[in-house]
Amino acid sequence: MAAEPLPELAAVHWRPRVDARRMRRTDALWTATTVAHVVPFVAAAVALVLVQPLAAAVSLAALAHAWVIPELYAQRGANVVRRKRSRATPDAEQRSVGLLGDLVGHQARELHATTGLILERGRLGAWLVGPAGALLVRPGGRRVLCYCVGVSDPELPSGDRIAHLLLALRSDERGFATVANLAFSGARWRVRRRLAKEMRPALDAGAAAARDLGRLDAGRRNQNAGRDRPAKVDMGAIP
Amino acid sequence: MSRLIRMDQTGHTTLAQWRADDPEAIEAAVRAFREELDRGYFAMVSTGEGQAEQVRELPVDAELVIMRLPISGG
Repeated sequence: MAAEPLPELAAVHWRPRVDARRMRRTDALWTATTVAHVVPFVAAAVALVLVQPLAAAVSLAALAHAWVIPELYAQRGANVVRRKRSRATPDAEQRSVGLLGDLVGHQARELHATTGLILERGRLGAWLVGPAGALLVRPGGRRVLCYCVGVSDPELPSGDRIAHLLLALRSDERGFATVANLAFSGARWRVRRRLAKEMRPALDAGAAAARDLGRLDAGRRNQNAGRDRPAKVDMGAIP
Repeated sequence: MSRLIRMDQTGHTTLAQWRADDPEAIEAAVRAFREELDRGYFAMVSTGEGQAEQVRELPVDAELVIMRLPISGG
């Protein structure tokens, strides 16, 4: 995307600028954290039953903890795009949606009308932008990062809120991911279950777009590998 | 006709309109543009499908210039 970084980066100057590698590392760290939360509870549940079968109730409680903790994290992620009541007038809402519609294509407009989210393809993945946050479906479509980000004026209509984020994202995608606060990173199915029903088709569309991006990335990697590989030599031609 | 608009509580407000061959309208648009920058807005111009650019001077040849507020992590 464009060369000039987002001016908002100055407010978070201590954060390293996000790139695909850093994003993969963050994602792996989230997975490790989830495992670190879940494994002790599962291990304790198993050990308790083995040592004292009468402690089955406590063991079940430990298993429930192991299940609930990742679910709570996923809920936190899904909350970034949860619909909130707008303080703007219906007229303002309509005008803002009209402007937003001018910024995106027909398909994105239709998806927004039914789900409230705008699908935007980037280099880091497929973004689903809402009024107060965005979901990033990583290339391949399996992993989702949930970002809490928005504009501070509470009176702005929802279409304008999305347009603010969309324009910032389009001007500097990596900067956008740096400015935004990461609320969750994990499997797409976890987030999907926690999304409002009407928003799930947006996540599915994002996953489809991300799978296309994944195939493109793989194609590019293969091309580069082919270029780096030494050319085949026809041994029969050597005297 | 080019337009300078600001996203605000009304949905959006058109601050100025101009044609490339109308120096007075351009001057008024430049004035409005600078006032918005002074108020803390950023100016954005679409530069193709899925792309936008921040501008610090009014691009007279752009069809639509949008003023936006800063964003931040929530």
